[in-house]
Amino acid sequence: MGLGRRLYRGEIDVDFVGKWRLWYSLSGLLLAVSLAGILINGLNLGVEFRGGSVFSFKAQTANIEQVRETFQEEGVHQPIVQTAGDRWRVTTETLSENTMNQVQTAIAKDYSVPTDQVDIQSIGASWGGEVSQKAWIGLAVFMLAIILYLSMAFEPKMALAAIVALVHDLVITAGIYAWSGFEVTPATLLGFLTILGYSLYDAVVVFDMIKEVTAKLGHTSKQTYSMAANNALNHTLIRSLNTSLVAILPVAAILFIGTTLLGAGTLKDLSLALFVGMIVGTYSSLCVATPLLVTLKEREPKYQAIARRIASTSGGGKGTKSSKSAAVAKG
Amino acid sequence: MLLALILALGGTMFLQQAFTPKLGLDLAGGTTVTLSPVTLNNASPPEEILDRAVNIIRDRVNGTGISDAEVAKSGDNIIISIPGVGQNEAVKLVATTAELRFRQVLAVAATQLPQELATNAPTPSASSSASPSAQPTGSQPAGKPSSSQSASTPSASPTGRALSSALTAPSPATSSSAQPSAQSSAQPSAEPTGTQNGQKQDRKGQDSKPTASPTGQTGTPPPQDPNASGIDPSGIDPAVLAQFNKLDCADPKNRGQGVQDDPNKQFAGCEADGAYKYVLDIAKVVGTDIDTASAGVRQGTTEWVVQLDFKSKGAGEWGKLTTTAFNSPEPRNQVAVVLDGVVITAPVIQGPIPGGRAEITGGFNQASATTLADQLKYGALPLKFNRSSIDTVSSTLGQDQLEGGLVAGLIGLGLVVVYCLLYYRGLGIVAVLSLVVATVITYTSVVVLGHNAGFRLSLPHIIGLVVSIGITADSFIVYFERIRDEMKEGRRTLRAAVEVAWVRARRTILIADAVMFIAAIVLYFLAVGGVAGFAFAMGLTTLIDIVVVFLFTKPFIALLAKVKFFAKGHPLSGLDAERMSEAGSTGRTTTPQEA
Repeated sequence: MGLGRRLYRGEIDVDFVGKWRLWYSLSGLLLAVSLAGILINGLNLGVEFRGGSVFSFKAQTANIEQVRETFQEEGVHQPIVQTAGDRWRVTTETLSENTMNQVQTAIAKDYSVPTDQVDIQSIGASWGGEVSQKAWIGLAVFMLAIILYLSMAFEPKMALAAIVALVHDLVITAGIYAWSGFEVTPATLLGFLTILGYSLYDAVVVFDMIKEVTAKLGHTSKQTYSMAANNALNHTLIRSLNTSLVAILPVAAILFIGTTLLGAGTLKDLSLALFVGMIVGTYSSLCVATPLLVTLKEREPKYQAIARRIASTSGGGKGTKSSKSAAVAKG
Repeated sequence: MLLALILALGGTMFLQQAFTPKLGLDLAGGTTVTLSPVTLNNASPPEEILDRAVNIIRDRVNGTGISDAEVAKSGDNIIISIPGVGQNEAVKLVATTAELRFRQVLAVAATQLPQELATNAPTPSASSSASPSAQPTGSQPAGKPSSSQSASTPSASPTGRALSSALTAPSPATSSSAQPSAQSSAQPSAEPTGTQNGQKQDRKGQDSKPTASPTGQTGTPPPQDPNASGIDPSGIDPAVLAQFNKLDCADPKNRGQGVQDDPNKQFAGCEADGAYKYVLDIAKVVGTDIDTASAGVRQGTTEWVVQLDFKSKGAGEWGKLTTTAFNSPEPRNQVAVVLDGVVITAPVIQGPIPGGRAEITGGFNQASATTLADQLKYGALPLKFNRSSIDTVSSTLGQDQLEGGLVAGLIGLGLVVVYCLLYYRGLGIVAVLSLVVATVITYTSVVVLGHNAGFRLSLPHIIGLVVSIGITADSFIVYFERIRDEMKEGRRTLRAAVEVAWVRARRTILIADAVMFIAAIVLYFLAVGGVAGFAFAMGLTTLIDIVVVFLFTKPFIALLAKVKFFAKGHPLSGLDAERMSEAGSTGRTTTPQEA
């Protein structure tokens, strides 16, 4: 029976919670690598953060050398030429208005495009700083709001676990950007912020099930918190995977179109961030958020008591936290 | 109810004959300028001042005759959207600092008079030699002799102006009549040196280019005989005079355009309504010298006046300026208030005004007095506009982006539909229909919002909408999985399972949507630029998701549960017992509910 079939029938039973050591080390490693990347490589900030001018135009007959030459002839020092299909995008340092007009005219002449079809974007150097400052404020406010909301809707420990998973996702996504050298633009930041929503959305659905299941745990229950949580997780596994897939499909479509048809730009930047973030987010809501929640909850006296009782009845000595016994369920 | 909603939205669409959304500039083509205004000491400006700046910029943009341009405040920034391409001029114009200046009138002419054409253009050298000779004597004495001459053509106008508006010291202040004498006696002596200094500088600049005409003038204007227009050229920079003669205030292009007037130079400009054109002296008093301005009714009358208060430094300068003007012959006894290079009023000075308070009278009603007071206040609060970003999108790029976004949306939607059908089979149809309903509501909402609330669909919106397909689909998945859970337990009929599962799924869906909605709200209010659009789209679809799940998906499934195909668990329904799991019958005991 294939994995897909077993998934479909809900017969999958992965010990997510029990393998917490594995997940924690894996995540720890990923975080360390990401942080190292951010510190060593730094992020490749887009022109929106550095300030500069971007020219965009369509030309069928042109090659990179020609385009670069056109720009250098007008006194541009470091034109970065990118192309997607017949659309060209050239990023330069900040140019004066006159130079911009000259370049625009030169492009129009060299590649026989009407002047008004040469798009210019010019960004002041302080603009990016303002964008990122706003993003940080947005992030802080968002986290506070979410901690408050989840504390009310669920409980503070769930809120904490969800937020840690969130930071985990962001750092790893940023790490991927640092190592790969993908350009970070305001659209990327926007993508990062949206990842927050998704990462939480998924965690919320899982936690909702855990809450429902663990509410029934009492003196006579046969399950520890970890077992119950793991069960809940497996129960929502199909949904989690389905949801992630359904969410990633449209994003992948945007990424594909953005990369092949339009080249660099809002579409590509945003969807790339979402694409990376959603994959990391799916991993973290399964393998980070829930194990973390369990680690936190198992410290509570109530659940410690249950864990001790079950450990003693099942012959003792066996690691209770690694709830291998949860798999007993499988008839 | 859902039907009612769709009908209402659709009906609005039909009534307004609006079937396509309004597009933003990144899709339709145009220029977007983001300005970050700061005060002169680089602090972020208070809300109130920002609002005024928005008004000033709006006036400027509208003044250029561009229709459909939008000026909006976004956080601390001002975003100007100018549709169409090739608006470089407009871009330059919006970012200039709005400044108010008080300049003594040196010459005035009515626009209506077809200006004496360049009859016999004298050699430039003639005019430039004429003025230097006149200047050293100072503007006041030189002005007088020729006043009779100047009265010939434009005489009607200055007197007309005098009637319509006049500047006086406010009546309550008249009691302190001791002051004027003291000050005016002191001033004349101080005055001339001040003026001459200014003029010396002017002349210096001029001397460096002695061959006549106009500094900073691109074309060579036909120099005209200054005297032909009946204007006293003494003390007037010939270049400015030439400009003045050429200036056609009947053309709206020359009004309200925000020409940056250099306060240290003489200036030729139009009145806002284009009726008069002026030659104005260097600015002796500027907007920052104003403390406050207000409109009010003069005590004991029904006459509307505008009250002006100057700061201490400004008060002194103002006193000097009014004294000079008062002692000058006719057109020069006016002081023009220039905002953004346009003369907004040029009242006749009825006496020296010391003490820093002034009152402008003459033919105001409440509206015009308030407008003038506001304009005077603007000038007191100049801002610097840092150009944060300028983004020009041609219609082709916009078209490409729109197509790219739509194609991506269709592909994404298609993939999700295929996946739903493969995985959920019969239930998948419910999911697909729900998505269709959601899409219809979204589209109509966007159209209706576009035509009624100024909502413009931009690229970030489209991405937000496409990304949200996932969220919408997830609500169905949560519900379907719950139904399957209930069915797996094997002890419920489909009809019961649908209801029990709904209660549980509803809570999950609401909490999850609440999280998304919080994210959208935070992003919307705290973000810059396109982020707000994206957040708006996310928030909108989250709401639509809830509407669709509650009003369509759930009732539809309840309805299906009565149909044999689903109720009996046909293999293609997605609810058949075999596919669900053998576990139900083989004693798979540990469903979470039994924990």
